[in-house]
Amino acid sequence: MVSWPVLSLTTFLPLVGVLFIMALRSGDDEASKRNARWVALWTTLVTFAVSLVMVWRFDPGSPEFQFVEKVAWLGGYGTYHMGVDGISLPFVILTTALMPLCILASWRAIQTRVKEYMIAFLALEILMVGTFSALDLVLFYLFFEGGLIPMFLIIGVWGGPRRVYASFKFFLYTLLGSVLMLLAIMAMFGQAGTTDITVLLRHSFPRDMQPWLWIAFFASFAVKMPMWPVHTWLPDAHVEAPTAGSVILAAILLKMGGYGFLRFSLPMFPIASHDFAPFVFTLSVIAIIYTSLVALVQEDMKKLIAYSSVAHMGFVTMGIFAATTQGIAGGIFQMISHGIVSAALFLCVGVVYDRMHSREIAAYGGLVNRMPVYAAVFLLFTLANVGLPGTSGFVGEFLALLGTFKINAVVATFATFGVILSACYALWLYRKVIFGKLEKPVLAHITDMGWRESVVFAPLVVLTILFGVYPKPVLDMSAASVTALLDNYQRALGAAKSAALVK
Amino acid sequence: MYQAIVFLPLLGAILAGAIALWGATKRFPGAEASDDHHAPAHVTHAAVSPRGAHSVIHETHHEPEEHEPPAEGSRAAEVITTAFLLIAMVLSWIAFWRVGFGHFDERIPLFSWIVSGDFKVEWALRIDTLTAVMLVVVTTVSALVHLYSIGYMHEDPYRPRFFGYLSFFTFAMLALVTSDNLAQLFFGWEGVGLASYLLIGFWYHKPEANAAAIKAFVVNRVGDFGFALGIFAVFMMTGAIDLDTVFAQAPTLAGKTINFFGWHADALTLICLLLFMGAMGKSAQFLLHTWLPDAMEGPTPVSALIHAATMVTAGVFMVARLSPLFELAPNAAAFVTLVGATTAFFAATVGLVQNDIKRIVAYSTCSQLGYMFVAMGVGAYSVGMFHLLTHAFFKALLFLGSGSVIMAMHHEQDIRKMGGLRHKIKFTYWCMVIGTLALTGFPLTAGYFSKDAIIEAAFSGKNVFAPYAFLMTVIAAGLTAFYSWRLIFKTFHGKPHDQHHYEAAHESPLVILIPLGVLAAGSILAGFPLKEFFAGHHVEEFFRDSLKQSAAVIDAMHHAPPLVVWLPTIMMAGGFLVAWYFYIRRPDIPVSLAREHGMLYRFLLNKWYFDEIYDFLLVRPTLWLGRLLWKGGDGFVIDGFGPDGVSARVLDVTRNVVRLQSGYLYHYAFAMLIGAAALITWFMFSGGAH
Repeated sequence: MVSWPVLSLTTFLPLVGVLFIMALRSGDDEASKRNARWVALWTTLVTFAVSLVMVWRFDPGSPEFQFVEKVAWLGGYGTYHMGVDGISLPFVILTTALMPLCILASWRAIQTRVKEYMIAFLALEILMVGTFSALDLVLFYLFFEGGLIPMFLIIGVWGGPRRVYASFKFFLYTLLGSVLMLLAIMAMFGQAGTTDITVLLRHSFPRDMQPWLWIAFFASFAVKMPMWPVHTWLPDAHVEAPTAGSVILAAILLKMGGYGFLRFSLPMFPIASHDFAPFVFTLSVIAIIYTSLVALVQEDMKKLIAYSSVAHMGFVTMGIFAATTQGIAGGIFQMISHGIVSAALFLCVGVVYDRMHSREIAAYGGLVNRMPVYAAVFLLFTLANVGLPGTSGFVGEFLALLGTFKINAVVATFATFGVILSACYALWLYRKVIFGKLEKPVLAHITDMGWRESVVFAPLVVLTILFGVYPKPVLDMSAASVTALLDNYQRALGAAKSAALVK
Repeated sequence: MYQAIVFLPLLGAILAGAIALWGATKRFPGAEASDDHHAPAHVTHAAVSPRGAHSVIHETHHEPEEHEPPAEGSRAAEVITTAFLLIAMVLSWIAFWRVGFGHFDERIPLFSWIVSGDFKVEWALRIDTLTAVMLVVVTTVSALVHLYSIGYMHEDPYRPRFFGYLSFFTFAMLALVTSDNLAQLFFGWEGVGLASYLLIGFWYHKPEANAAAIKAFVVNRVGDFGFALGIFAVFMMTGAIDLDTVFAQAPTLAGKTINFFGWHADALTLICLLLFMGAMGKSAQFLLHTWLPDAMEGPTPVSALIHAATMVTAGVFMVARLSPLFELAPNAAAFVTLVGATTAFFAATVGLVQNDIKRIVAYSTCSQLGYMFVAMGVGAYSVGMFHLLTHAFFKALLFLGSGSVIMAMHHEQDIRKMGGLRHKIKFTYWCMVIGTLALTGFPLTAGYFSKDAIIEAAFSGKNVFAPYAFLMTVIAAGLTAFYSWRLIFKTFHGKPHDQHHYEAAHESPLVILIPLGVLAAGSILAGFPLKEFFAGHHVEEFFRDSLKQSAAVIDAMHHAPPLVVWLPTIMMAGGFLVAWYFYIRRPDIPVSLAREHGMLYRFLLNKWYFDEIYDFLLVRPTLWLGRLLWKGGDGFVIDGFGPDGVSARVLDVTRNVVRLQSGYLYHYAFAMLIGAAALITWFMFSGGAH
């Protein structure tokens, strides 16, 4: 049926862009910068178009992996095995859709080493798409960890003044997680004799082994998510990263943690997931309340949004480990929605940062008087961040809470406090930056968004409202896979329970 | 037809919003052309130059900015939105006729919204009598307020935005009253909250307006917290959140419990209490009322539409809509009675001493909402709805009348600076008097029928708090008469206190007087013809299945002793006489009373110190905790013992032992390589073993 390997094409098309840019005459003059930008933009646009072919051909009724490609690799010791199902495809599309916007957002903000910057972004795209579509543990590990290198570079080279500290922190946290995951992968191979994810999904690991594997994977994914208390790298990384770097970090890299829970923790270690659920709930609730409170007192716009991201990811982990249809569907939807909304919020910060080179909340005020369009756009995403019904932010949060309440009413109640707190910090930020009189003399000539910026925001605006009113496309895409995942999970738990009874 | 009623305002809002944005972009063109080469140039440019002439924001007296040119397309936006609302109003009256008297209920599915497993929600319009009543109230008041705003906002430079917000509010409110499931109700609920936030903060250059807007949104969110949990609980117990299924399942929930913080709560009671928490926030009931007086920072037409006639009654509507649940949860209903009665009394006491004309009316609204909840609590849902309907007319009238006074006084709102205005603005004066008569329940006005019916219902109510509610509502009736007449006397009678303003006072234009006239007519006429349908013998036939109300409630009301029937009227007359004596006959008495009872006076003037208490108990500790967690939790504990501590050690190690130069990337790539190498090695070896 699949006449050409569309998934690999999506994954590796950016490589063509990379080669193109490399082939360009190097130099810091205007022409070569422009060429690099245009090549990167076209590459990401074509990649996005190709990825849409998958949406078109995808069969949402089937929980199986689709567009599967399998080739022996590493001299027969490994396999190149790729494929997507309803859980991973939304993330692949999110990635390819956001990349052109990131390139556009960097159009003027990045003026040094443009070639290298674009190469880093294209490489990042390959690795991110690869992470979401790898069906072999080794391949997954390579993509997953490899993705950190370009991100590390983007923060470390094009970042702000404390970029070294931020990238070091990033490094330490993720190193810890990946070492443990690596050990777990080895152990899994030792036990199951394969690294094929499709096989591992049907394999049941021994009961006493599951907690250890679960913890090892959890260490890695929790850092990525990030969950409390391993979240402190995120605000620093965001603050120092260039705008597009923040966008990718918030919109996609964070989602790898949630994706990992869905792909590995829940289906492969169901008993451990069930046993550890209260632990995850506790961390999630702490994350929601704690980081929301911290967000309330931030003085830096990016930090505030970063902390709010941690809080929103708390809803995701809570929903996933509630292990109900609504919880998991809500978690996935929340991740996609957060990918759109937080990306837009960081872009909003980028708009004023490009003009004034400050992220201090106190440096702004009264922008609505000069930037009405910006104010309108920022308002929409603030409201989506608050989870107002009718925006995409509502659907995920609502479903995740709904799904959790059935399992644990207390957890859902505490988590719902986040709904109050998010209104406090988001509206406070909006008021300080946008409302009031325009009194600061430096702002007197600030200009509203131009065409390029409007083009960046337009799709995000449309999607935020569309998915808020009609979330069906995303929910339907993942519905079959979520049902299958839960069926297997329940079956494994049931089997474990009856085994315990027999003993 | 129903689609037109609901979506015409949305279309109007979108068009007005587009006009507003278009006008704004023409005023401040975008950036791209100028920062073609490098953005930083702007900063230096801006830093050197003084404030540009056209960016100076003018200080204004109290309300709108006067010196900016009006936004382009203002007239178009006004005409479009107002015309759409008038059409919707006409259609609503037709609908009211068809549904209420023609018994033609409908359910119109639109399209699916959230579907996940067994959880299914779709957008749909549910049309029954309860909805039809609300449709009429919302579209009528909204259309009149749109018309009024053309006059009232005449000088404002941002009219397209204003009309866009107004129409958006109307849409959200209509979505709320036509909702067929709890999620859509929640959508409308938060949508009106958003509109309220935007309109309170409409004059965004005023810090108080911004603060009030956020306060309104956040306090409402506290209520919504309960509402959301209520929805989750409903789904957990019944497996659905569409009203028909939930109502059908409700009787089977009797006796079931929900384990909530180790407390095995009766499911129905808990669900109703949680949902009612949302109603308390939206309808500004005791403890969650603090946002409503502050909301008066918004333009006056907004106060009339949102904070008097429609949005704040959403809580009352919700309880009526969910009457099949509340009927099964007598303890929750008793709690509703308690809260309603307390609010009715509390808000009336605060209203006694306020000096801002709009705040007096706002506290009055709060108090009247308490009356409605008393009716809901004792099971007289139709009576509560009756008061909702009549109150919409006379309270909108009082607000719009106040707006006319405020305009006449050039945006002065303090009644101590008014006086004698009845000679200057006759029409407004008579409208305000009519509104006051209706509010205080003067015989044969609209308020007389609905308010007295509530007091009778409270008297004959069965739950434990009904006697308390009866007492509170009777006392509040007296207080209401006092503060309402105090407002009239201080504003319109006596000698002018500010000669300058008095001289300049002038009657408002026709677009303002027409809505006043219509509402005044409604305040007189809305009571008698509808009495039998809301509080008489035709209730069941009129409301049918849209309310679940036992017939005994209305019967018991009709058997109330004559003293009870007359008591509110006596209280009303008493309140009037005291006000007359205090403010016409002996104006020195209130002054000396306030001096002699300084404690009590300040207690009332400061609204029982709720704002101060909340600030002390909630706001400050929250911010303190936030700072503690940030600096102490994240900064000291997590980073200190985590990455910073570790990295310090690692740095020591690398510096002293390895002496690798810089390049953390290098470390990382190195670690990664080692990892990958280890992995592959492991494979090769164990691969052979298997």
